[in-house]
Amino acid sequence: MAERSDVFRIGTGAGFAADRLDPAVDLARRGRLDVLVLECLGERTIAFAHRDKKADPRRGYNAYLDPRMWALLPACRAAGTVIITNMGAANPRAAAERTRDIARDLGLAGMRIACIEGDDVTAMVARDQTFMDEPGTLSDIGRTILGMNAYLGADAIVPALAAEADVVIGGRLADPSMYLAPLMHRYGWQPGDTNVLGAGTLVGHLMECGMQITGGYFADPGVKDVPDLAQCGYPIAEVAADGSAVITKLPRTGGLVTGATVKEQLLYEVHDPASYLTPDVTADFSKVEIKEVGGDRVRISKAAGRSRPDTLKVTVGIDAGFHAEAGVSYAGPGASARGRLAGEIVGTRLRQAHGIASDFRVDLIGASSLFATAGVPQAESEDVRLHVALRTPDRDEAELMLWEVESLLCCGPAGGGGFRGVITPAVITKSVLVDRRLVKPTCEILVA
Amino acid sequence: MTPANRNAPVLVRDIAHARAGDKGNTSNVNVWVYDPEDFALLKASLTAERIKREFPQLIRGQVRRYEIEHLHGLNFVMHDALEGGVNASLNLDSHGKSWSYLILGLTLEPRSETERPSKTPTP
Repeated sequence: MAERSDVFRIGTGAGFAADRLDPAVDLARRGRLDVLVLECLGERTIAFAHRDKKADPRRGYNAYLDPRMWALLPACRAAGTVIITNMGAANPRAAAERTRDIARDLGLAGMRIACIEGDDVTAMVARDQTFMDEPGTLSDIGRTILGMNAYLGADAIVPALAAEADVVIGGRLADPSMYLAPLMHRYGWQPGDTNVLGAGTLVGHLMECGMQITGGYFADPGVKDVPDLAQCGYPIAEVAADGSAVITKLPRTGGLVTGATVKEQLLYEVHDPASYLTPDVTADFSKVEIKEVGGDRVRISKAAGRSRPDTLKVTVGIDAGFHAEAGVSYAGPGASARGRLAGEIVGTRLRQAHGIASDFRVDLIGASSLFATAGVPQAESEDVRLHVALRTPDRDEAELMLWEVESLLCCGPAGGGGFRGVITPAVITKSVLVDRRLVKPTCEILVA
Repeated sequence: MTPANRNAPVLVRDIAHARAGDKGNTSNVNVWVYDPEDFALLKASLTAERIKREFPQLIRGQVRRYEIEHLHGLNFVMHDALEGGVNASLNLDSHGKSWSYLILGLTLEPRSETERPSKTPTP
């Protein structure tokens, strides 16, 4: 790790599977980081990864692993920065081996790649296991289970850091745990130090979505303006031994770090602010202090924590067939009425002419789509797009929907144009809880 | 930061900013006032009951409001509010990321939230 100073510097170089790379390279080069975290896994992402792995046992890890490692390994090696990532998704072994090979090709001999496994509990979970947050059990699903992964905590990652890994690659590593683990390793925090674990978890929680704390996902022109958003910088956390931290970003990057950007992220995907459950701790964000201490510098403190849950959350990925989407556009006088008529025709044809019973939905983009179910009234627009969505286990049904929407070009209302249709694989996910004692993470070091 | 309509606020967006997140079929939207002096108005305008009442088709379950007094923010947790969640919803925005603007588009209710149900929000 980089030369020791009085703070520990952690950067985020990806906050989701498809996040930007060039600002991560900038951060790796100029950030003087101890650790760079690439958080790339969501519940659906891992379900899709299992699907990829089934098709090809060498796949099932993040699609952008190659370009990320090619660009980041040299910069992180030069700066003494450890990379921690869950880009392994459903296949951390293949991801670690690929990273080792890339390091060799780059001439980075001796680089140590830690492969964390043990999150895949597919063979371990009983089929009569009840769901975490809804009625029913796994045996009720009636569809193919793609894979089940337990969220691994910091205790799965710390051994890799103790073994002096340069890159730590896992699958379902819990997002905040990837930040907490290096802090535990650096500052010697123990599993019983629940308040500092809560503080480290807050750092992870704020950082894990990348630019969502540096001005990304924040701009609302005229109300909340963000400078140079196209060149937004990834965040840096300067963490002290007591778990308090300053959130900042590199100079000469776009975006901004303010009390407001930090607050929006503080409760992002959080329910009870006093009980944020992770594999490491029950974190309490309800008393957190947020203070602007300089330009693009916000100090966070007073997070706390209580003991960790006895169970681990498991994401169950399930094959759900196909998601079909198709659309046609209408513009000019009467466009909304023509679009509405087109939607009625498609509905009638799918149900009556084809007997399709699967759920489908018809929206009129430009008049009402995202908020249609919320009861927001349709706006009259002279530029609308009919959008039809259908989910079905039957590929033929999906194809039929696309055909029906395309047929509007000759058989539908006047002036429709711009048909596009796409069919993509669909997955669904469920959550169950398992006794954490059943989950045994492993760590193996591969040397480039 | 000075929102455009700060001097004559009409919508929640004129005094506050927000972000939405999802977990399964539950949506949460956190809402923060720019000026602490507006927090009382925000709390009076956005009760859990009102959020539930405004979107009866969308929010099928309970709405719970958490208050972060010292940071002048509210967190709404809306159960069964994502049309089945990202797995089942056929909404283009299956995560309900835009629900933040559903809340920000509501009108402020300076007198009393129980006085009379407001109309649907301005799109």
